[in-house]
Amino acid sequence: MRETEVLIIGGGPAGLCAAVSALESGASVTILERNRRLGGQLVKQTHMFFGSKEQYASFRGIDIPAILLEKLEKYGDKLRVETDCTALGIYEDGVVTALFGEERYVKYLPKAIVVATGASEKALAFENNDLPGIYGAGAVQTLMNVYGVKPGNKVLMVGAGNIGLIVSYQLMQAGVEVVAVLDAAPKIGGYCVHASKIRRAGVPILVSHTVTRALGDKTLEGAIVCEMDEKFNVIEGTEKRYDCDVMCISVGLTPLTELLGMAGCEMKYVPELSGIVPARNKAYMTSRDGIFVAGDVSGIEEASAAMVEGYLAGLHCAAYAGYKSENFAQKVEDLEGQLAKLRGGPSGAHILRGIQKNVKED
Amino acid sequence: MLIKTGVPTEEQVKEVFPPIERINKGRVAVAECFQRIPCNPCEYSCVKKAICVGEDINNTPNVDFEKCSGCGVCLTKCPGLAIMLVDGSKSAESVEFSVPYEFMPLPTVGEEISVVNRSGEVITRGVVSEVLNAKSFDRTPIVRFVVAREFLYAARYLKREVK
Ligand SMILES: Cc1cc2nc3c(=O)[nH]c(=O)nc-3n(C[C@H](O)[C@H](O)[C@H](O)COP(=O)(O)OP(=O)(O)OC[C@H]3O[C@@H](n4cnc5c(N)ncnc54)[C@H](O)[C@@H]3O)c2cc1C
Ligand code: SF4
Ligand code: SF4
Repeated sequence: MRETEVLIIGGGPAGLCAAVSALESGASVTILERNRRLGGQLVKQTHMFFGSKEQYASFRGIDIPAILLEKLEKYGDKLRVETDCTALGIYEDGVVTALFGEERYVKYLPKAIVVATGASEKALAFENNDLPGIYGAGAVQTLMNVYGVKPGNKVLMVGAGNIGLIVSYQLMQAGVEVVAVLDAAPKIGGYCVHASKIRRAGVPILVSHTVTRALGDKTLEGAIVCEMDEKFNVIEGTEKRYDCDVMCISVGLTPLTELLGMAGCEMKYVPELSGIVPARNKAYMTSRDGIFVAGDVSGIEEASAAMVEGYLAGLHCAAYAGYKSENFAQKVEDLEGQLAKLRGGPSGAHILRGIQKNVKED
Repeated sequence: MLIKTGVPTEEQVKEVFPPIERINKGRVAVAECFQRIPCNPCEYSCVKKAICVGEDINNTPNVDFEKCSGCGVCLTKCPGLAIMLVDGSKSAESVEFSVPYEFMPLPTVGEEISVVNRSGEVITRGVVSEVLNAKSFDRTPIVRFVVAREFLYAARYLKREVK
């Protein structure tokens, strides 16, 4: 049994920021990360980020983990980072089991836990959707930007949210042709500036369109694309064939909440937060005492918000473990102010509606 | 329509364009950022304080064309790559555009390129006049190209010939 005051599960932007503020408060921290590298989604995001100065806007995602890791360096022995280490379960007695590598199991008994496990990509059902060549957009982004592997030559992107638009742009940067970006919704879901930049570079964006069938014998050779009406029904006679050897599915993310569900935390379906999320209070604590959440695991948003939530969850979690930070109230107020600013626009309004449904007052 | 196609309307574009008198005086920024999103690096990266987003970071940016010196810093800091410079001071027949360009290999000075509109359609030819790639641009180089003046409101970006 290993002891640590604060255990953070997930080393993405939310988890790293939670570590920074828990350490700052005086707690000892262990981060468990199942990948070999820290950074979560950031390690593949070669584009500049939105947001404001406090969340490193206009820095590239790939450069942000180094900035956060530098903040962690000075804590020396107070911090342990375990990579290639997957948290498998949080039990009734507060014990967390983790799998190191392929076969070594280790138990932890922390005073408090921050779960910051992020999200996973949603799939889309259509005929032949298991043909080789059909990927999640995040997988393609990992292949290209983490491993330097070109996924194919001609890509059809399904989904015009920020991820679909950004990955399309990055595919073009890698010299891959993007034949079109489709979305079933009647409008572009991602930011218009991202859409405009791929559109002027020659990629058509087709809203109210969907893919109904993938073509090909052993691998993907093309796709049948149809127009849709306002009720999301396919309009007969609008079938068009696109030749492509890669199809990227980018129809959204869903919170990765298995650990929380298994730990007995109260869970809720909140569409605005993109799925089943843990109910929490204003201090980011779930219905189980001592288990806190931050980032995409409690609602799909952005790295900018994930970082601020991470700082907040870290402060509250450390306080729970007996290390209330100096200027606690002021720090919380400042961070909550940053979140309010980020959420002041139309996409933020949507998130706020979800949070309202999910966050308990006390 | 912008929200359906990614292409802003001519009215939207003209609304954010500087007056022609200002364009004829030298480089000036045009920010094509029409949607409320949480973002403001254009504001805080401008040393001339020529771009204002304001207290609510979801506001769309406003460029003060008289304060703007056309330095180009904001082009490389805007995550939406939404800002360009236009300059009509050099000749009565042509205008020069400066755009952030993140594709490799970079074009070379003197190279002839296709010039595209906001829909990505080739509308004319242009010539690359300068390529800037300072370390401080952090991997977002700036390419300047010259086109006939009649394309001032239509030209937006460049396209290189595939070899
Ligand atoms: C293509 C794309 C573009 C984006 N662009 C932007 C942008 O421009 N601006 C912006 O602000 N945001 C952007 N985002 C969103 C941003 O990346 C996410 O919101 C952010 O990464 C969420 O942070 P997180 O820490 O909650 O989760 P993640 O970054 O997903 O990190 C979770 C971590 O937990 C680890 N983990 C999961 N389960 C376990 C377990 N059981 N044990 C141990 N470790 C585990 C994972 O390996 C991962 O490293 C983008 C996302 C994508 C995919
Ligand atoms: S070009 Fe320079 S002066 Fe003009 S708005 Fe941009 S940063 Fe400011
Ligand atoms: S930095 Fe770019 S995307 Fe962000 S508000 Fe300014 S112009 Fe818009």
